[in-house]
Amino acid sequence: MTLNMKTALIAGSVVLVAAASTLAYAAGGGGTGDYKMEHKHWHFKGAFGTYDTAAAQRGYQVYREVCASCHQLKHLSFRHLGDKGAPFYDKNYPNPNDNPYVKNFAADWSIEDIDGETGDILERPGVPADKFPAIYPNEAAARAGNGGGLPPDLSVIVAARNGGADYIYNLLVAYNAKKPADIELTPGLYYNPVMDGGKISMAPPLSDELVEYADGTPATVEQMAADVTEFLAWSSDPKLEQRKATGLMAMLYLSILAILLWFSYKRVWKDVEH
Amino acid sequence: MSDTLHKDAHGETVDEGKRDFIYIATGAVAAAGVGSLAWPLVAQMGKAADTLAAGSVEVDVSKIAEGQQLKVLWRGKPVFIRHRTAKEISEAENTQLAVLPDPQTDNERLIPDTAGKLRPEMLVMIGVCTHFGCIPVGEAGDFDGWYCPCHGSHYDTSGRIRKGPAPTNMEIPDYQYISENVIKVG
Amino acid sequence: MSGHPSTYEPKYAPTKWLDQRLPIVRMGADFMTYPSPRNLNYWYTFGGILTMLLASQIITGIILAMHYVPHVDMAFESVQRIRRDVPFGWLIQPMHAVGASMFFLAVYVHMFRGLYYGSYKAPREVLWIIGCLIYLIMMATGFLGYTLPWGQMSFWGATVITGFFGAVPVVGESLQQWLLGGYAVDNATLNRFFALHYLLPFVIAGLVGLHVWALHHVGQNNPIGITEKTKKDTLSFHPYYTVKDGFAMVIFMLIFAFFVFYQPDALGHADNYIEADALKTPPHIVPEWYFLPFYAILRAVPDKLAGILLMLGAIIVLFVLPWLDTSKVRSNRFRPVARKFFWIFVFFCFILGWCGAETPDDMVFTVGERMVDGEMKPMGLNFTWLSRIATFYYFAYFLAILPILGMVEKPLDRPDSITKAVLGDKAHGAAE
Repeated sequence: MTLNMKTALIAGSVVLVAAASTLAYAAGGGGTGDYKMEHKHWHFKGAFGTYDTAAAQRGYQVYREVCASCHQLKHLSFRHLGDKGAPFYDKNYPNPNDNPYVKNFAADWSIEDIDGETGDILERPGVPADKFPAIYPNEAAARAGNGGGLPPDLSVIVAARNGGADYIYNLLVAYNAKKPADIELTPGLYYNPVMDGGKISMAPPLSDELVEYADGTPATVEQMAADVTEFLAWSSDPKLEQRKATGLMAMLYLSILAILLWFSYKRVWKDVEH
Repeated sequence: MSDTLHKDAHGETVDEGKRDFIYIATGAVAAAGVGSLAWPLVAQMGKAADTLAAGSVEVDVSKIAEGQQLKVLWRGKPVFIRHRTAKEISEAENTQLAVLPDPQTDNERLIPDTAGKLRPEMLVMIGVCTHFGCIPVGEAGDFDGWYCPCHGSHYDTSGRIRKGPAPTNMEIPDYQYISENVIKVG
Repeated sequence: MSGHPSTYEPKYAPTKWLDQRLPIVRMGADFMTYPSPRNLNYWYTFGGILTMLLASQIITGIILAMHYVPHVDMAFESVQRIRRDVPFGWLIQPMHAVGASMFFLAVYVHMFRGLYYGSYKAPREVLWIIGCLIYLIMMATGFLGYTLPWGQMSFWGATVITGFFGAVPVVGESLQQWLLGGYAVDNATLNRFFALHYLLPFVIAGLVGLHVWALHHVGQNNPIGITEKTKKDTLSFHPYYTVKDGFAMVIFMLIFAFFVFYQPDALGHADNYIEADALKTPPHIVPEWYFLPFYAILRAVPDKLAGILLMLGAIIVLFVLPWLDTSKVRSNRFRPVARKFFWIFVFFCFILGWCGAETPDDMVFTVGERMVDGEMKPMGLNFTWLSRIATFYYFAYFLAILPILGMVEKPLDRPDSITKAVLGDKAHGAAE
């Protein structure tokens, strides 16, 4: 009878998990028309997956040179780029504030500040402790500059979309898909099969050779999309590598403790029928 | 496996030993786990990364007139930058170390500028009383330096403790001259 | 606290001194030697697992409260800061978020266990009712906590749930606005939700104390539902059940750890990574998985007030269950018919959960098409109707099946005692 109950509960949970995952998968599928979502094999997937540092570094370049004209990374500071597990981490600089890459990237942005003497608002080069600055002074300005659309913040964008990294990647490469006849576009809207409803206010952001990679990687649309997705995936979940490494230790520890407890249990109960 | 052992008369002792071992091992591993879980729960109260990264402060000291003092906030505490008068400097330099509860010469409380010279006219220190953390009042007290109103500590013109309950001199922060007239605290 | 004769003997002068003034050590010792039925199976370990989870949630929750900022402009950002900058925040925040799901998972197993073995029947009615109260407050706590990260699901979930109160006739709107502290979910709402979310777990902890008190006063139920008669029927709680509960806890922690470390977002919604926006509702508002069955019951009825009443009824019916089930036999082990209805009940609870996650008008399955107003429409079962069938069974189980079955069902023969049930014919030889 206990067996009966166990089987039923296990079967129930399996059904539930299966239903939940199909649901999640279906929701992640998105898409209109004939477009088939491409499911890439991301370097950071799986129990031992880590970020592809070279890709994430190129991804930062794509963000800086392309996305950053409209999209902020408001929950990130420059110093985060040099944290452990981050694209520009260097073990010689455990304090990311000293990391020369991070310093250069920060200085590349201009930060609004107040002149301590006069109280005037001034612009100064960024330092690692600064947050990534806002692109627009306010939401109205952001909408006005983008035909009414509001460019979303990208700090956690990969976590904020069903389908995660695949969604972002496909969104960036799907602009060329053939538009079904029943979708009508008003000016300022573009067809993108990955968006709900197939319409997007963002103009196709990438084109071949748009950026020039220092490592010589050919800058195709697909390459840039994959790179910037890798970078944004890190931005959404910067502690992923640390978490998985700790997780491995935790799972090993719990397994050992479970085995020991099992033998203790057998010992304690060895003379008791139950 | 040991279930078979314990029926054996000679195996009894082995069995007992094994039982103790398994209990001790289980207890030890469990305790180690609780311990290592406790660490994050305690460590989380430490300084967060953004607090650690909090920026440094740059001050142009040339704008502070003689006899004036500038207060800037650094790491949540006031830093006093005082342009001392000649009288204040000579008082500070001519004090006998023997009378100081926390002996330190005035020069030891200065940091050289870009040219490698000490500038006794610029005293930079953390303006927090070393007793219980109040902010002392300037140009006050029995030694013309600072006086802490909370519990009556008197500091001299070098910020050294002379009288009262405070145990040590006011602290000198981590600072440097980054150009002729600009200092960077932190 | 417990109903068994105390065996604690203070050995030293200080412990004797303390025992005469505050017998707290005695209370702990009696707790550890509490005579528990010897036949408790692993389904009975979830009480211990739940205690562990409550402690974990309270500890991680207090820690998060040290870093979280309950203000509409900073709440979302402060959660991001916890995950990025606070030492070990990346571990503690998912522990708390996943912990909520684990808490509900364990409480559902615990409740189904009680249902199956008849743990709500005399003399355990008060024990059961305290349990139902804990569950109710858990639901409130879970809902309030989900508001705090101030994502889109937080905001719109809070809007929808507080909207339930707006359905109350006459005073609904004022009641709702009183709860919100404004015309809509806003800073005042977030602040009070934070205060209450911090308070309620301690109320739960207090109720857990009463729950255990009631449990030890009337004695634990067991898989055969037959009260222990002799000392042979029981075992000391320690070490027998401490080690068994401990083993079960560690196995549960493995599942917990898997989610925390490898799938921290699997039980949540992507939309909650979008900061709350009062001007835009996400396309699919779905509650957390543990509320889905009730959400399905709510949507099974086309009327707003009736839906809410039915949903409330689904919880209230649990409180009166001890008086609805008329059978004198506790355990479903000896009720072959009731057992079948029980499994159908479990099945329909899963179905309700499924319905709650789907769009009501979507089809479960189709059987061809037919013309409606000149358009071809698929024919078959949609989720609204599936949830209606499941809701009907949910209530029928408590209000009709259990009352009637108790009168008509012929239970199987039951053993005389736990020892007999465990040992069978070996009753005389095996136990040492």
